[in-house]
Amino acid sequence: MTKMELVCPAGTPAALRVAVDAGADAVYMGFRDETNARNFPGLNFSVEELAEGLDYAHARGAKVLLAVNTYAAAGNNGPWITAVDNAARLKVDAIILADIGLLDYARRAHPDLRLHLSVQASASNAAAINHYVREFGVRRVVLPRVLTVPEIREINQKIDIETEVFAFGGMCPMAEGRCSLSSYITGKSPNMNGVCSPASHVSYVREGRDLKTNLADFTINKFSPHEQAGYPTLCKGRFSAGGEAGYLFEEPTSLNVTRILPELIEAGVSALKIEGRQRSKAYVREVVRNFRQAIDAAGRGERLVMEMDNLSEGGQNTTGAYNKKWM
Amino acid sequence: MKQSKLALGPLLFNWDNDKIRDFYYRIADEAPVDQVHLGEVVCSKRLAGKNYLPEVIERLEQAGKQVILSGLMLIMDDRDMKAVDDLASMADDYLIEANDLSTVSLLRGQNQNKPHAIGPFINIYNEATLKYYEDGGARRISLPAELSKDSLQALAKAATAALEVQIFGRLPLAISARCYHARAHKLSKDGCQYVCDRDPDGLTVETLDGQDFLAINGLQTLSHSYCNLMSELPELVEMGIDHFRLSPHDVDMVTVARLYRDRLDGEISAEEANHRLAEEMFAIEFSNGYYHGAAGREQIGL
Repeated sequence: MTKMELVCPAGTPAALRVAVDAGADAVYMGFRDETNARNFPGLNFSVEELAEGLDYAHARGAKVLLAVNTYAAAGNNGPWITAVDNAARLKVDAIILADIGLLDYARRAHPDLRLHLSVQASASNAAAINHYVREFGVRRVVLPRVLTVPEIREINQKIDIETEVFAFGGMCPMAEGRCSLSSYITGKSPNMNGVCSPASHVSYVREGRDLKTNLADFTINKFSPHEQAGYPTLCKGRFSAGGEAGYLFEEPTSLNVTRILPELIEAGVSALKIEGRQRSKAYVREVVRNFRQAIDAAGRGERLVMEMDNLSEGGQNTTGAYNKKWM
Repeated sequence: MKQSKLALGPLLFNWDNDKIRDFYYRIADEAPVDQVHLGEVVCSKRLAGKNYLPEVIERLEQAGKQVILSGLMLIMDDRDMKAVDDLASMADDYLIEANDLSTVSLLRGQNQNKPHAIGPFINIYNEATLKYYEDGGARRISLPAELSKDSLQALAKAATAALEVQIFGRLPLAISARCYHARAHKLSKDGCQYVCDRDPDGLTVETLDGQDFLAINGLQTLSHSYCNLMSELPELVEMGIDHFRLSPHDVDMVTVARLYRDRLDGEISAEEANHRLAEEMFAIEFSNGYYHGAAGREQIGL
């Protein structure tokens, strides 16, 4: 049985090396602009850095996947076309796309370039996935985090291409690639700008002994002195509805599939994706090492559960939508 | 502006059969809208027990309104997929509005390319993507809410299909597999008891400091504010966009439609129309930020 491929975040050239050394089978990154969905200061790669990263990874048997997974702007698609062209020229192992216009361009201009369908395309059923396969020849789909394990198994029975699923880290409770919460409040969105709840709009305000975390003047959360303050990602705050306050959308928690790894394998999943291009090298090293162990153990038929509380938001983890009860 | 078409978008909320029938009968009889969208966009569970469709279609068509059938936006399981198949089977008789790629794939295909519509939940941000859908038979395309006027202008320039923009109503901002209405009532989606039917315009979400923030509608999250592009109509028409969507809410939509129609017909000024709209929609907060390249919730010149 082929082992699951471990796909790891390379937020920076240094993180790429850490991930590869820790046992990644593949690393993914973006260029330093709006063409990818982690367009934050201090992250990402120049063309030269990508070339160097490719050398490093390939010399150690790891693949390089380039994310150009935001939506090209009307009247200004140049940066996205350039990103696709550069990725093809450097011969990345695959490019991760969501925008249909870009998929069409990549297929025609670079027929040999392997195309992966980003989670941002929100291809949540076999019919949609097969449409992308027929139209653009995508070879792998990153499944949106809205599907249960049984639903994933069914999808794999109805498609011929590989599936990749998120396995650890921050999760969107909303269907990816279809969320305008951030742009409603800050004017910047994942689809158009590659950001969500950007730091430029964040402020921390002391209120007595409490700490308030704000996004563009909206109170996202309040923390008393003994509570660990989290980053004010818009959907992860505490709000009130019907007179009751709480984490209406999602609690601080991290996705962690180590407890359901055998089930994901049985469901036909080909690759596990670790979220975390904004994370530290130490985080990446520890998470990748742990997943390397868990995947290798699964290859021997063992279930190795790794809680990783110290690496999890809120010190807790969830299997998210993989379990129907989460919905 | 007189040639511009007004459409009533699909009802996003879980109203009961009687309320829906009464609503659409009055729309048929009195509302100056050219097109009316019917169908469940948010959650396939809501289809159970809904029996209004044939009568409502008949009444609207008799009144000269074009009926467009809109599909689900997030399709995950067999029940969702069956709803999509049922919808696509009506494509010979009605214009179908696809809100997901699986629906598009049924309408667009070898030797088919049935004329169809594309809804605002399909990501069309640029000319190349627009052309892809047009090439497949899309005749009417409703664009994503977060596009700025610069993007709208570029798309309108490139378009051969008719383009539509939402000009009234809460903006759909997100969709999920998780039901936030159920969660707010400490229930799960499977045991939801259809609690989304308690909030005919969505359940208000406030911040801990009491700021109006968002609205919950089952699996969907909406803006708290109501989009209003009354003042932007002349510019939109000038660009070549002349289909406008009013998203239905639990207010007098006949009066709302009349105000937008009168504005488009040049019978009243934008100031007058906005003033009367504010009177009609007492205490509602309006916004138009996206159009002006700002945060969606901003009010520019309102």
